[in-house]
Amino acid sequence: MSFKHKHILGLEELTAKEITLILDTAESMKEVSERDIKKVPALRGVTVCNLFYEPSTRTRSSFEIAEKRLSADVLNFTLSHSSVTKGETLLDTARNLEAMGASVIVIRHPLSGAPWLLAKELNSSIINAGDGSHEHPSQALLDLFTIRKIKGKIKGLKVVIVGDILHSRVARSNVWGLVKLGAEVRVVGPPTLIPRYIKKAKAKTFYNLEEAIKGADVVIMLRIQMERQESVYFPSLREYSRFYGLTREKLKGADRDVTVMHPGPINRGIELSSDIADDASSVILDQVSNGIAVRMAMFYLAASAGRNQ
Amino acid sequence: MSILIKGGRIIDPSQGIDGKGNVLIENGKIKSYPKTTKKYEGDLDVKVIDAKGKIVSPGLVDIHVHLREPGFEHKETIRTGCESAAAGGFTSIVCMPNTNPVNDNASVTEYILLKARTEGIVNVFPIGAITKGELGETLAQIGEMYEAGCVGVSDDGMPVMNSKVMRHAMEYVQAFDIPVLSHAEDKDLSGSGVMNEGEVSTQLGLTGIPCASEDVMVSRDITVAELTGSRLHICHVSTAGSVRLIRAAKKRGVKVTAEVTPHHFILTDEAVGRYDTNAKMNPPLRGKKDREAVIEGLKDGTLDAIATDHAPHSEDEKKVEFDLAPFGIVGLETALPLSLKLVEDGALTINQMISKLTNSPSDVLNLGKGTLKIGENADVVIFDPEQEITIDRESFHSKSKNSPFDGWKLKGKVNYTIVNGEIVYSG
Repeated sequence: MSFKHKHILGLEELTAKEITLILDTAESMKEVSERDIKKVPALRGVTVCNLFYEPSTRTRSSFEIAEKRLSADVLNFTLSHSSVTKGETLLDTARNLEAMGASVIVIRHPLSGAPWLLAKELNSSIINAGDGSHEHPSQALLDLFTIRKIKGKIKGLKVVIVGDILHSRVARSNVWGLVKLGAEVRVVGPPTLIPRYIKKAKAKTFYNLEEAIKGADVVIMLRIQMERQESVYFPSLREYSRFYGLTREKLKGADRDVTVMHPGPINRGIELSSDIADDASSVILDQVSNGIAVRMAMFYLAASAGRNQ
Repeated sequence: MSILIKGGRIIDPSQGIDGKGNVLIENGKIKSYPKTTKKYEGDLDVKVIDAKGKIVSPGLVDIHVHLREPGFEHKETIRTGCESAAAGGFTSIVCMPNTNPVNDNASVTEYILLKARTEGIVNVFPIGAITKGELGETLAQIGEMYEAGCVGVSDDGMPVMNSKVMRHAMEYVQAFDIPVLSHAEDKDLSGSGVMNEGEVSTQLGLTGIPCASEDVMVSRDITVAELTGSRLHICHVSTAGSVRLIRAAKKRGVKVTAEVTPHHFILTDEAVGRYDTNAKMNPPLRGKKDREAVIEGLKDGTLDAIATDHAPHSEDEKKVEFDLAPFGIVGLETALPLSLKLVEDGALTINQMISKLTNSPSDVLNLGKGTLKIGENADVVIFDPEQEITIDRESFHSKSKNSPFDGWKLKGKVNYTIVNGEIVYSG
């Protein structure tokens, strides 16, 4: 089958087949990453711009390595958060980059929907590297890839996502992806951070971590954003950690071979007790290296779709 | 010059008229309904308009318009706003005070009315602010603005959060017998919300504005109106909860009236689609049940008027990230065909619909408009309810083009708009 999306904006608009194709392609890209000379010419002569409106060393570096392994010319454009509301508009900035020859724009933006605005108004191929509270497709794809690698499948798995679902783009993308590939998805967190309408996405809602974790094959812990504690979502980080932090005790009800994942960076002692974080660290590092392969696959498929259009 | 409108279906809910006939306009007034027209035809001093197959009704009245002048002339001016109104069949419009400077004192009111007299082609009635600068703290110069020509007060767009200030406003306006118009919204509940809180906002990762943020304030305002005995008008009702609260209040005898916009009875939050900023307004487009409830409210009289909340914004302001785009859409040039859809769908009779756009909104603010009574100023619209049209934003007379209805195929074409006996639009 051929991939027909020139832009990769979110998992919500991809079919199960398309998601599987990205994961399969990532397998061959992973093989490239294991060679002595880790480079293929797929994007030779193509200028890719990483347009980041939020600081993100990890995601940006991962994208950059993926781009370079595909032989693209890479342009990094990092703007401060305040430039979203002041100065040049997003469209003007992006048009400038296009004028410099960028034909692929990877965008990370604090406001939901920003990549859609670019996709509508520009000719470039747009890759969403995380928009507001909306989607973070490359993170979800690498989570899916990692789960598939460890468990050998996704269909039928019980996957629990823990934490701030309301503001999490990682959660949204993962819910779409996991449900489409046939997993049973549960979301758990304080009721203030679980959107009341998430049921539509076919995820089951829990407010009690032990209950949610019963029989779980995979637990995905979301990073709690420290700034949220200033708000009125929960009383304190200490209390959050007591009810929704993952400890060995709470993990007892899960499947014996349960896999704990975290998109990083971890707040040790808050989302994860330190021992769990240590146990999980090999998976978390796997996630990081798989991230490069998955992003290479995204570029490869989007570029071929762009050429066919 | 006289005008004879010949052979149309005259619908004037203010007099209970619905039938074929002729209307004669002389010296800017409705002169008579002549039985025969022969003696006028061929008279060079009489312009004859053949209205066969068309509806002749009082010119439409919109009690919720943002003309943007003074201060935001790049969005709209009094001149272009009036032209947009005329093209939509409106002969009287009521403009909100959130200009810059805010219309919170008589000198701004006088400026608006002077501009309207010299450049406006329809009747313009200003609304004054409730509080100075629409800041919700101290009362604006309500008495002086009333003397200068304001027909009501509102802090539209900026709800008065302090209940005591609202109480004093509702007491004070009774000296002038004008209503308080409420943009009912609890700002704290709305937070940084940009669209209706529901499945769509959850999917799009946009912060939601819950229906409760409107319902809570409608409830407060009704309670304060009961306390003070004031006339209260609820602007742009968007939720099933508000409709329920207003219905019950009316039953108890509270002096409350209410309006609904065409976009709230036509669209739901699904229209936001993929971050379409032309579907971003406040109150936001709601769910299916809310849409059904406001239509039911129009039907049973809970909602008195259809008003557009015409809110022009420039292309540049709307072509940004959804969160950063301003709230609001233009509405004057789409209101009539959208309202006719309610008739086509069987929700309202044509008479009810015209009433919601003429005498009924006029009564909310005691404008004395929306009628074809003999001796009154001749404000008339002639339209073809059956003619198919395609909404084309490029053809809008408004300076702004921010409409979610661009490209829609609808029925209802305005043929003539007449203000004080002058043809101000023909199409």
